[in-house]
Amino acid sequence: MKADFARAAGLNIILAEDPEARPSVDHGPLHDIPVAIKDNIATLRMPTSCGSRILEGYISPYEATVVSRLRAAGAVIACKTNMDEFAMGSSTEHSAFGPARNPVDPTRVPGGSSGGSAAAVAAGVVPIALGSETGGSVRQPAAFCGVVGVKPTYGRVSRFGLVAFASSLDQVGVLARTVDDSALAMQIIAGRDPMDATSADIPVPEYRAAAARPVSTLTIGRPREYFPDALDPAIRARCDDVLAKLRDAGATIRDVSLPHSGLAIPVYYIIAPAEASSNLARFDGVRYGLRVTGDGLTAMYEATRSKGFGAEVTRRILLGTYVLSAGYYDAYYKKAQQVRALITQDFHTVFNSGVDVLFTPTTPTPAFKIGAVSDPYEMYLNDIFTCTANLAGNPAISVPIGTVNGLPIGGQIIAPHFGEEAMFAAAYAVERL
Amino acid sequence: MSDYEMVVGLEVHVQLKTRTKAFCNSPTTFGAEPNVNTCPICLALPGALPVLNAHAVELAVRAALALGCTVHGTSIFARKNYFYPDLPKGYQISQYDRPLATGGRLAGVGITRVHMEEDAGKSIHDRYTGATAIDLNRAGVPLIEIVSEPDIRSAQEARRYLQTLKQVLEYVDVSDVDMEKGSLRVDANVSARRTGETKFGTKTEVKNMNTFSGVEKALEAEFARQVAVLETGGRVVQQTMLWDGAKGEVRPARSKEESHDYRYFPEPDLPPLVLTDAYIDQIRRALPELPDARRARFREQYGLGDQEIDELVADIPLAAYFEETAKASGNAKTAANWMRGELLAALRAGGGDVQTFPVRPKALAELLGLVGEGAVSHTAARTIFEKMIATGEGAGRIADREGLRKVSDDAALEQWIGEVRTENPTEWARFQAGETKLQKVLVGLVMKKSKGKADPQRVNQLLAGGV
Repeated sequence: MKADFARAAGLNIILAEDPEARPSVDHGPLHDIPVAIKDNIATLRMPTSCGSRILEGYISPYEATVVSRLRAAGAVIACKTNMDEFAMGSSTEHSAFGPARNPVDPTRVPGGSSGGSAAAVAAGVVPIALGSETGGSVRQPAAFCGVVGVKPTYGRVSRFGLVAFASSLDQVGVLARTVDDSALAMQIIAGRDPMDATSADIPVPEYRAAAARPVSTLTIGRPREYFPDALDPAIRARCDDVLAKLRDAGATIRDVSLPHSGLAIPVYYIIAPAEASSNLARFDGVRYGLRVTGDGLTAMYEATRSKGFGAEVTRRILLGTYVLSAGYYDAYYKKAQQVRALITQDFHTVFNSGVDVLFTPTTPTPAFKIGAVSDPYEMYLNDIFTCTANLAGNPAISVPIGTVNGLPIGGQIIAPHFGEEAMFAAAYAVERL
Repeated sequence: MSDYEMVVGLEVHVQLKTRTKAFCNSPTTFGAEPNVNTCPICLALPGALPVLNAHAVELAVRAALALGCTVHGTSIFARKNYFYPDLPKGYQISQYDRPLATGGRLAGVGITRVHMEEDAGKSIHDRYTGATAIDLNRAGVPLIEIVSEPDIRSAQEARRYLQTLKQVLEYVDVSDVDMEKGSLRVDANVSARRTGETKFGTKTEVKNMNTFSGVEKALEAEFARQVAVLETGGRVVQQTMLWDGAKGEVRPARSKEESHDYRYFPEPDLPPLVLTDAYIDQIRRALPELPDARRARFREQYGLGDQEIDELVADIPLAAYFEETAKASGNAKTAANWMRGELLAALRAGGGDVQTFPVRPKALAELLGLVGEGAVSHTAARTIFEKMIATGEGAGRIADREGLRKVSDDAALEQWIGEVRTENPTEWARFQAGETKLQKVLVGLVMKKSKGKADPQRVNQLLAGGV
C-alpha cells in the first residue's frame, strides 16, 4: 500500500490519506478492502475540500451515507482523491491542488472530474473508488484510465454528503477494475436513504446475478447520433468491433435514433451552472472554509469567493447566475428544462421499443495531453456522449474496450431508469469478449 | 386627506409550532443559547440535504384550510437566492409559482396564497463592536406566509384582519402567534389613491412593525406621508419603509434590499409536494370549530350577547371553561356573567390562568346552582367563592359550615329589621312617612347586618307590609 501511495503521490491523485484506517466490522463483503473517496464526498478525519482553496483543510463533522455504507460492509476508507474543483471539469486539471496525471501515461490527463479516483484504481492503489457524476465525471475518466465506471440511475444512490454541484444531475458513482467489483460496490451503496428526499424507494436487485444473463437475450441499440462522421475512426472501429462480437455471441443489434442528443451540451451547460450558482452560494466565508476579510460584508464575500474559487468555477457561477436572472430565466433555464424533457423522452421511446440497452463510445477521444485543451468549450465537448444520461437520469457504465495508440478507450452502455441489471448484464458481456 | 383612500395588502409570516425544523431534526425551542439548535443541514455544511418535516406540512395545510383556501394536490418548493450571513445556504427554501394553497377569505379580506418556507437566522449587530454576530437557531424553522389581496381600506380594518387571523391560527393550534417573540410577523404593502379611482397607486412595503397597534399606526403614518407627497404633486417611490415605533414615524430602509433579483428556480433537492385528497380531507375533517362558527353557536345555543361572545371566543381556555360550567349548571347566562365578573377578577388578582384555576367548572356550577335556587344570596356566593379558591372545598359544604345559606325565616328577619330600625331612627321615620325610595337603603342595611344571609325578597315584602 505504502509504495502504491508513493507512486500515486507522484501522479498527484491522492489529496489525503487515513493511515490509521482499519475496517470497522470483522466481516462483510468488502472486509479489509481499501476504498478511495473523491474529495467532494464527506468523510470523517480526512479533509473534504472538493479540490478547492475555499474548502482547503475543511473536515466534515459528519459522513456521507455512501461512505457509512462502505464502512458497514467492512471497507477501509483509505484516502481522498484529486478532482476538478467542485467537479467542474473533464481533466482534473482544474484542481486547486494541481493537476492529476494518468497512470497509463503521466503526460496525459486522467479525465475528470473524478480523475483522481479513476487513476487510483488504474494505478492499483485501490480496487474500488467512489467518484461523482454530473455530466460524465465517472465514465469519462474511467475510459481515459482503462477502468470500469458506473453512473447509477438518478435517485438510486444517496447524495447525502456529496457536495452538490448540480443537484438534479449529481449521482455518486463507482470506479473499479472489473464489472464485478463495480456491481459489488453498487450493491452496497445503492438504496433508499431517508436523508436524501430524491433517493428512490425502490428495492435494489442482486446486481452480480446479472453476470448469468445470456448475451442472446439482449437487444442492444446503436444510437446513430453517438457515431457522428467526425468521430475518431479508431474509436468507431473499436466500438463496431465490440458490437459485431456481441452479435456473434447472440445479441440482437439494432440501429436506433435519439434525435435530441445534439442539444444535450447546450442544455447541460445551462442547467448545471444554474444549479451550481445556487449550490455554491454557501461558500461565503461566514461559517467554514476560507474567509478573506474586506471592508464590510460585500467586500468579504467578494474577496473570499474571488480568492477561493478557480477560473472554471467562477465562469460557471457567473453563467448560472445569468441564466437564472429576471428576464433571462424563460429564454434559458426554462427552455433548457423543456429540451431536457425531450432528451429524456428520446430514451423512453427507444427503451419502449424493445431495446434493452444502448451501446456507444464513452468519449470522442482518448486521454489528451495535460494542457492540450485550453478552450473551455472544447473541454465541454468531452461530455458529449455522457451528459445525456445525466440529463435523462438513466444509468450508464463505461467498460474498457481496448486501446488506441496504447491509450485506453471505453464503451458506454446506457440502460432504462432503474435498469442497472440489464446494464451490468451487457457490461459483463462486453468485458468477457 | 379624505379625498384619498388607503389600499393595503398584508404579508404575514407565521412560525409553525413543530418540535423540529422544516428540513432537519434540529429543535425549535425558543430562547436557547446561540447556535445550539443547529446541525449540518441547517448550518448548510457541504453535502447536507433538506428533508421535509411532515408535521410542518400538516400544520400548514390545517392553517390554509382554516383560512378557507384551496390546498393544491401538487405544490413545488423553490429556491429564493440571496446572500446574507444569517441565510446559511445562500438561498431560502420557499414556494414560488406553485404555492401550497390559494384563494381564501378572512374577515372580508381575500387571501391570495399560503405557502411554506423556512426562516432565516438572526444577525445581531449590537453585541460586539465592529462585528456582527450570527445566531442560526432560527434558521430553518418552518413558516407559512399568508398573503392577502389588496382589499384592506383602513388601518383599523388591517388590525381587525390581523386579530381575526391570529385568532383563527390559535384555534387551529398551528402557531404561538406571538408577535413579540416573532412567531407572527407582518409586512404591509401600502398605497394611496384618490377616492373613486379604480387603479392602484404606487405602493411601498412597510416593515418592522412589532405589535398590532404598531401596524395600525405605521399604516396611518405611511398613508399620510404618501398623501402629502401626492398632494404636493410628487410621486410615491416604490421602496421599503421601516416603522420606528419609538419615534412614531416611517423612514426609508437603508439597504438596497428591494433591488434584489432572487433568481427563483425549483428546488432540485426536494421532489414536488404531493398531497392526496384523502390526506387533505382528513385534516379538514379534524379541524376544530373556528371562531366564526363558535360565535354563531354561542349566540344560538346559549343566548349570549355580542360583548360576552367576543370575550369568551377570544380566549380558548376560557370558552372551554365556560361551556363546561354552562353544561353542568344548566344556566349559560349566569355562568357567563359569573365568569366575566368574579372569575376574571379572581384570575387577575391571583395571576393564574383558567386552566389551573383551583375552582373547576363543576364546582362553580354547584355554586351557581345554589344561587339559582335561592339558597344563597349573591353576596354570600362571593364569600363562598373566595373560600372555594382558598380551600378547594365544595360550595354547599362551605355554605353550611359558615352558615351562609339564605335566611327566609320571618322571626330571624324581623329581629334584624328591628335592629336596623333602632340604629337608624331618622331613616326609619322618613320611610314610615311615605318616603318609599328609602326601602332600598333599609334592605341594604338589613343585608349588611345579616352578613348577606337575609333573603332580600322577603325583607322587601316585610318592609312593604309594614313591620
